[in-house]
Amino acid sequence: MTRALGIAAMWLTLIALPWWLPMIGSYTALGSKVLIYAIATMGLNLLIGFTGGLSFGQAAYFGLGAYGAGMTLKYIAPSTPLAIVVGTLVGGIAATLLGPLVMRRRGIYFAMITIAIGQLFYFAIVRWNEVTGGEDGLAGFSRQDIHFGDLAIPLNSTNFYYLVLFCFTIAVAIMWTLLQSPLGHTWVAIRENRRRVEFLGVRVERYVWAAFAIAGFVTAFAGTLNALLFNFTSPQDLHWILSGNFVIMIVLGGMRSFFGPLLGVIIFVVAQDYLSSVTSNWMSFIGMIFILIVLLCPKGVLGLFERRMRAA
Amino acid sequence: MMQLLLFNSFNGLIQGVFYALMALGLALILSLNSVINMAHGGFLVIGAYLAYTLMPYLGFWGALIAGPVLAGAIGLVVERVLIRPIYKRTDPLYSLLLTFGLALIIEDMTRTIWGPQGLPLEIPDIINSPVSTEYFFVTGYRLFVVAVTAAAVIGLYLLLRYTLLGIRIRAGIRDLETTSALGVNIYRLRALNFGFGCLFAGLSGVLAAGVLGLTPPMGNSLIMPSFVAIIVGGVGSLLGAVLGGLIIGLAAGITTTFYPAASEAVIYLMMLIVLVVRPRGLFGQEGLFE
Repeated sequence: MTRALGIAAMWLTLIALPWWLPMIGSYTALGSKVLIYAIATMGLNLLIGFTGGLSFGQAAYFGLGAYGAGMTLKYIAPSTPLAIVVGTLVGGIAATLLGPLVMRRRGIYFAMITIAIGQLFYFAIVRWNEVTGGEDGLAGFSRQDIHFGDLAIPLNSTNFYYLVLFCFTIAVAIMWTLLQSPLGHTWVAIRENRRRVEFLGVRVERYVWAAFAIAGFVTAFAGTLNALLFNFTSPQDLHWILSGNFVIMIVLGGMRSFFGPLLGVIIFVVAQDYLSSVTSNWMSFIGMIFILIVLLCPKGVLGLFERRMRAA
Repeated sequence: MMQLLLFNSFNGLIQGVFYALMALGLALILSLNSVINMAHGGFLVIGAYLAYTLMPYLGFWGALIAGPVLAGAIGLVVERVLIRPIYKRTDPLYSLLLTFGLALIIEDMTRTIWGPQGLPLEIPDIINSPVSTEYFFVTGYRLFVVAVTAAAVIGLYLLLRYTLLGIRIRAGIRDLETTSALGVNIYRLRALNFGFGCLFAGLSGVLAAGVLGLTPPMGNSLIMPSFVAIIVGGVGSLLGAVLGGLIIGLAAGITTTFYPAASEAVIYLMMLIVLVVRPRGLFGQEGLFE
């Protein structure tokens, strides 16, 4: 009951965000950024939190989505929905193709290979200057109005926020459905005891592959929205630092919980926004956040609450 | 053309030496401490900058020794304070995040203390002159780098092969629980091992600073290829890490001659090929981490 109320309150807060966020001195685009990162991290959490595959190179698919969307707008056709679809496919298909290389690995090795594969895309984008803009990033495109027949919806920052919220809702619905399905239950079983699931006759590798591919599609989907939000994308969107940030956001919120990453994203993005405005040493503070979370609250903020409730 | 190829291959090989030293330290820590040390690039930077700072007092030779040793000592402290509390957690996620945070702090602190701009590391003239005019790129310093690295690798081999400490480290890598049951203090063993790993990172840093100069993010550009070196060489094999580093350095160098834009990407492509053709790497044991 409390859970249902909490989730209802969350949706109301999100729907009303363009009204209350400017009132507390912030801006709607920050809300869009939070939701975009939430899509990415919740997608990644299918892999990390629910299947137990530690991908530390997920920014690659986020960035591929972003570049896919940006380049579609710039070189192919000025259509926002097409950009989202193309970008999502680019990142998702890349993850699907690379899945077989990582699906057999576990633990540390899985993490190392995903990091290194991420770097391949990073350098490909940085060095393919003429098309991607290299180090300077890809600019010169902008999100286009969305047309429904004769009706054109201009994507100003409020309307764009609602587009992002719409996409968030779709992604949440899909991921929730997947986790309730036999596929989702198998993922959790693999996380809990991979060998036992293997002995039950399940082809574990295929399920890990599926998780990797789906996480890739969802992250790339978020990446496309990120490119549209800023009308810009840069190699930083594929960098392993962003991959690490995604993982810490998940852990910060609580990786065993479906909405945990959203909470982690809110705390992390707000903290980063605030710290970088008050100190030039914000990187050290972010680093300290990493260390403190690992040492003091490895189960994330939601984990802390759960322990409180159980104790009470 | 031939000379250009030689020039780039030699440059690549020198780069590969740095990868190899980094990868060796990473592989040591990975095998016995079960930690992917994302802060390894940070220890490289610490070693390099401390050597730079101490050089006016100790001279080049003193700094060459003091930098890596201090990096190793800081590694010991870090292991004791931060890494030891999380050995119990079997999920590698936590050590990865912790060292990642540490890497951010080290890079930021380096920038605050020594400034964001690059600094040169002065090398004594005796070892800095070209060996011949035709092969101007073969400077004495570069040969010196190769010699020091070879000495360090051989030294580590002898340590692991013949000393009690080395035998214990190898036993711990094979089976930590049994080693502990036989009365070895595995906490001290793992601490020393972590220190050794950081010492190698520091050595790589000092040597690299002489060629590439000092910048706060210099560790970042060396740590990722070192991961690749380990994967290509084979996880669990120290020899593999060293050879993997040299191979990818050389490959990057050769690629520079023909298609410079792909010189970074090529090592990751090589890794993909190795993963497809021989998933355990060139010298890796079968079934490890699979």
